[in-house]
Amino acid sequence: MKQQLLTGNKAAAWGARLAAVDYIPAFPITPQTEIIETLSGWIEQQSMPGRMVIVDSEHSMLTAAGGAAATGVRVFSATSSQGLLYAMEMLYSVAGWRVPLVLVNVSRGLSAPITLEPDHNDILAARDSGFLQLHCASCQEVLDMVLIAYRLAEDHQIRLPVIVNLDGFYLSFTREPVTIPTAEMVEHFLPPFDPLSILFRADQPQSQAVAVLGGGLYSYFRYQAHLAAQAALPVYDQIATHFGELFGRHYPAVDCYRCDDAEWVLVMIGSFATKALGAVDRLREQGCAVGVVRPRVVRPFPAEALRRALRGKKGVAVIDQNLSPGQGGVLHSELLAALYNEPQRPAVVADFVGGLGGRDICDEEFFAMVSMLQDAVKRGETPAPRLMFTQHELDEVNRLHQLAQPAGGDNGH
Amino acid sequence: MSTEMKKVFSRPDSLKDVQTHFCPGCQHGTIHRLVAEAIDHFGIKDQTIGVASVGCSVFLYGYFDIDVIEAPHGRAPAVATGAKRVHPNRPVFTYQGDGDLAAIGTSEIIHTANRGELMTVIFVNNTTYGMTGGQMAPTTLPGQITSTTPYGRDVTKAGYPIKMAELLSGLDGVAYSVRVAVDTPKHVLQAGKAIRKAFETQLDGKGFAFVEVLSSCPTNWGMSPLAANERVGSEMIPYFPLGEYKDATGE
Repeated sequence: MKQQLLTGNKAAAWGARLAAVDYIPAFPITPQTEIIETLSGWIEQQSMPGRMVIVDSEHSMLTAAGGAAATGVRVFSATSSQGLLYAMEMLYSVAGWRVPLVLVNVSRGLSAPITLEPDHNDILAARDSGFLQLHCASCQEVLDMVLIAYRLAEDHQIRLPVIVNLDGFYLSFTREPVTIPTAEMVEHFLPPFDPLSILFRADQPQSQAVAVLGGGLYSYFRYQAHLAAQAALPVYDQIATHFGELFGRHYPAVDCYRCDDAEWVLVMIGSFATKALGAVDRLREQGCAVGVVRPRVVRPFPAEALRRALRGKKGVAVIDQNLSPGQGGVLHSELLAALYNEPQRPAVVADFVGGLGGRDICDEEFFAMVSMLQDAVKRGETPAPRLMFTQHELDEVNRLHQLAQPAGGDNGH
Repeated sequence: MSTEMKKVFSRPDSLKDVQTHFCPGCQHGTIHRLVAEAIDHFGIKDQTIGVASVGCSVFLYGYFDIDVIEAPHGRAPAVATGAKRVHPNRPVFTYQGDGDLAAIGTSEIIHTANRGELMTVIFVNNTTYGMTGGQMAPTTLPGQITSTTPYGRDVTKAGYPIKMAELLSGLDGVAYSVRVAVDTPKHVLQAGKAIRKAFETQLDGKGFAFVEVLSSCPTNWGMSPLAANERVGSEMIPYFPLGEYKDATGE
């Protein structure tokens, strides 16, 4: 066991290395590329076994990953943003194949307009694919979640692929102290892959991903994936408990910070949730009882744990780092669905859209959100989804409009 | 004797008077200029539609004083197809690198060429993913060190460099396919002529025109601009020979 300063990308690569993966198909895309650069360096130096190939696109990459996994080996890959969406067709296919590979996604806002910095529209687009999703907030968590992801994916009750998500730039390029467990310790937690029935042998011919005609069989297989994903919640809890016992780091499906006596709760996923912790501490100093809830497991959705965490709270602010145009934040909708049948549900569950394309969320904005939440509860009205956007930012947009269309032109708003 | 000064050299009208983001010694600047000169030459600045790609060419819209659509990675020929089919009288060109056109965009370029779309494709081959930071591209030379092949490209594992100009020349829809370089004054003149001809091929309705331009990438090759320029002649041209691979324009 050693401690090193690692970026989130390097931590992800260490996770794959310690998981002793057999095969890594890859394609470069910012901000993920450091993961595959690190792995290709190790494989070429022979400090890590396994085979790696750089292919022509993310679509081919995930197809090759699924194809290799379907023959019964441990497979890893990584992508980001546009790459994840380009591979989207294969996400559904690979999940349907029920092969337990692990894919790291380094979140980055989707085009257009094109950007490099993070938000969660990429990963949430994969929400319904059948891939399970684990969301990280620190570099240590990235390494650990890759190991946990293999245990989860390969569990005999689950057999679904898993995406480990980390935010571009904020985690991918930020160095943090990371404890790297020894290979022996990891093998104790994550034994070599037992493919069970996923095995191509000459004397036992089998077919993968066959066609079914008729909705009955199709429904059966899709629903099997749903049942497996649902079963993944208790299985995740067992795996995370085992991980905590071995490594002393604890990763419940939902992280709660200063929630027990909180009246107001902020709900966020990913590394931006760590920004909320400091703001909450400062609000607490002023006597405001605020906490933070961060779902770590997003698929399957940990509805019961969220109900427990939010039961009896006065108000909840969901900070969605994504936007579903015409609806609002995705996490907000999911949380409302989880809370509807809770008799002691919070009176107001407000939605704030912030951090799009890597836009910062500062302490003052957290303060403002809590204050708007308190007002909403006082008035008994839930406000419409609200974008975090400052006058200064609007001034900048107006300045650009002026440049693009000097005086006299319709500046479009 | 008149003391009046005569202007013999100026910025093409089609290029904006702005600083580019390109690294010192990068040859995108030269290639941008040659494309702009061709647009000026035919007087089509007000009609031309450019399609930029993902990679170092992504900011093309900021440098050319024409209409530009920024395409997703590899999709420029498909975007250009849409634009050209509904505006058949407007000249359309794409400007793509090798990480774009020869990797994720292989399907689009082959089918666009095969349909004989009336467009001009400028393909800048610098044997690496430039903007992403120097990873192995399909065009990376055997043995070339990149950030994903730290001991050099091993063709037994990673395959061979794709020769796009030759590959496309085998398609019936292609009217003109050529490879040029911009490493010497002579080559720059030849490249300018080829790019003009590729626009002319489109303007005359003769078919799909493709110009592969060999280019340096000093930053990701880890070389000085001069050494990188040397490498184009000493390593790239022997593997990617210059010349016209197809000319069905009937000239």
